Amino acid sequence: MKFRSLAILILWALALLSVSLLQNNYAMRTATMIAMFSTLAYSWNFIGGLAGYPSFSTAAFFGLGCYVGALGQVHGLSIPSAWFLAVIVVGAFSAAIGGILLRLRGHYFAVGSIAIVELCRLLITSIPGLTGGGSGLNVPLVRWSPDAVGLLFLVVMVTLFIMVGLVTQVVQRSRLGFGLRCINQNEDAAEMVGINTTAYKIVAYVLSAIFCGAVGAAYASWTGYIDPNEAFNSLMSIKVPVMALLGGAGTLLGPAVGSVIFILLEEVAWSNFLEWNHAIVGLVVVVLVFCLPNGLLRLNFSNILTLKPARRIWERV
Amino acid sequence: MNTIQLIINGLGTGAFYASIAVGFSLVWGVLNVINMVHGSLVVLGAFLGFFFWKITGLNPVFSVPFVAVSTFLIGATLQSVFINKVVSAPVLTTLTLTFGLDLILYNVMTVYFTASIRRVTTSYGNIDLGSAVVPIDRLYVAIFALLITGILYLVLRMTSIGRAIVAVRMDKTAAALMGIWVKSVYAITFGIGAMMAGVAGAVSTLIYPVTTGLSGAFLLKAFIVCVIGGLGSIPGALFGGLLLGVIESFAGYAIGPQNSLTLALAIMLFVLLVKPTGLMGVKGFD
Repeated sequence: MKFRSLAILILWALALLSVSLLQNNYAMRTATMIAMFSTLAYSWNFIGGLAGYPSFSTAAFFGLGCYVGALGQVHGLSIPSAWFLAVIVVGAFSAAIGGILLRLRGHYFAVGSIAIVELCRLLITSIPGLTGGGSGLNVPLVRWSPDAVGLLFLVVMVTLFIMVGLVTQVVQRSRLGFGLRCINQNEDAAEMVGINTTAYKIVAYVLSAIFCGAVGAAYASWTGYIDPNEAFNSLMSIKVPVMALLGGAGTLLGPAVGSVIFILLEEVAWSNFLEWNHAIVGLVVVVLVFCLPNGLLRLNFSNILTLKPARRIWERV
Repeated sequence: MNTIQLIINGLGTGAFYASIAVGFSLVWGVLNVINMVHGSLVVLGAFLGFFFWKITGLNPVFSVPFVAVSTFLIGATLQSVFINKVVSAPVLTTLTLTFGLDLILYNVMTVYFTASIRRVTTSYGNIDLGSAVVPIDRLYVAIFALLITGILYLVLRMTSIGRAIVAVRMDKTAAALMGIWVKSVYAITFGIGAMMAGVAGAVSTLIYPVTTGLSGAFLLKAFIVCVIGGLGSIPGALFGGLLLGVIESFAGYAIGPQNSLTLALAIMLFVLLVKPTGLMGVKGFD
C-alpha cells in the first residue's frame, strides 16, 4: 500500500520532469512551480498534518532561505554551498524558534507563528546595509542559456520534491511519525505514555523548515531578485497549508494532489481574472473548508452519492 | 526629548489601537475564532466614513450610526452564513476560513474602491499646552475610541445580551442549558466585533489615509494588543492598546518608526512566551 503511494509519487515526479520535452517555457515554469509548492506543502505536512500544529510560519522559513542563499551567492559562495548554508541556517533558526513557540498550543501557537513571519520581514527590511532593505537584493544569475537554466531549476525543484516525499515516507513509517500522530490526537496522553513530545515536535518543526529553506534558496537563484515583501509573504503561509488540506493533510499523496490543483487553478485565475485573483484564492479556501473538510483523498464517495454531509475530521475524536 | 509629547502621542494612537482590538478580542474570547477579516472590516468602515465625508462634507464622526448598523449586519451575516459552520473546528480551519473571507473582502474593496490612497482633509488646528501640542483631530479619534470601548464595556456588564455574551464566553454548554441561544449570541458577538472595527475605521479617517493597503497593519495591531493585554477582558485590551501606543511612540523616537513595529512584535512574542494569557488576562480564556 505504502509502496504504491511512493511509486505514484515517483511517477508523478518523472511526469513533471518530462514537461521539459514540450519545449514550452510556460509549461516548464508551471511544472517548476508545482514541484516547488508540492515540496512546501509536504514540509508543512510534518508539523501541520502529522503533529496537527496550526503552523503559519512557512513564509518565514522560505524567506529566510531566500535571503541566506542569496547573500551566500552575493558574497561569493558557489550555488550548492549557498543552498547548503541556507538549509543549515534555517534549520538552526527553526530549532531555536520551535523551542520557544512549540510550548504554545492552538490559537496562541498560530498567532506566534504568524508573528514570526512579520518579525523576519521587518528585521530583514531594517538592515539595508546587508540585505538591501526594502529595495531588494539581486542574486547572480546562472550563466547558461535560458532553456538550460529553466531545465536546471525544474530538475532542482523536482529533486527537492522527491527528497521531501521520501522523508515523509520514512517519517510516516517510523517511531517519529507514530509519535507525531499521537500528539495530534491527544498531546497530554502522548506525553503520559512516554513520548518525548517536546523533542518530537521540534524535530517535526525543523523538518518542516529545512525543505522550505532549500526551496527558498533555489527560488532566489531561479528568479535572480528577491525583496522582503515577496520573500516573507503571509499569503504564502496560508496558501501552503491550504494546498496540503486540499489534498488531505497527513496523507502521503495529499499535499502533491492539493498543490497541483491549487497551482493550476491559480494559473487559470491569473490569466483570466487578473483583478480578482485574491478573491479566487479566497473562494477556493471557502469551498475547501465547507465541501472538502478532510481533503480530496479522504473523500468518501458513497457519502456523496447518498448526499450525506461529510463527517468532519475534528468530529471523530 | 519631549517626554510629555511622546506620552500624549502614544496614548492617542493607543486609544485607537484599543478600539480596534476590543472587537477582535471579543470575537476571539467568545467564539474562539481568530478573525482575520478584522483588518479589512476596519478599512471598510474607513471607506464608508470617507464617502460619507465626501458626499455630505460633515465630519466622518457623524457617519458612525450608519457605519455601525451596516458593519454589524455584515458581521452577523458572515458569522451565521460562514463561520458558524466551523465554529467548533480547530484553529487551523477557522483561521484559514477567515483568511479566505478576508481575501475576498479585500479584493472586492480593491476593485471597487481602487487602490489609490484617499484622505479626509480637516483643519481643526491644535491645542497648545505649552510643553506639548495636541492636534485636535487626534484628540477626536482618541476620545471617540475610548467612548466606544467604554460603551462596549457597559453593554457587556449592564445589558442582558451583554451578560449572555459573557456567559457564553465562560461556558457555552452551561449557557445553553440556562436557555441562552448560543447561535444567536455568536452572531451578535461577531456583529459587535465587526461594528467596533467599522466604527473605529470610520473615525480613523481623521488621522489615517483611507486605503486597503492598511488592512494588514490594522490586523497586526489587533493581534499585538490582544496578546499583550490579554484575552477575554475589555480592560485588558484597553491596557494593551495604550501600552502599545506608548511603546511605539517612544520606540519610534529612539530607534525610528520603522523599527518600532519590530519591537512591538518582539514584545508580543515575549509575552506569549512568559504569560500566554496576557499581562491582564483572565485564566480560563485560553
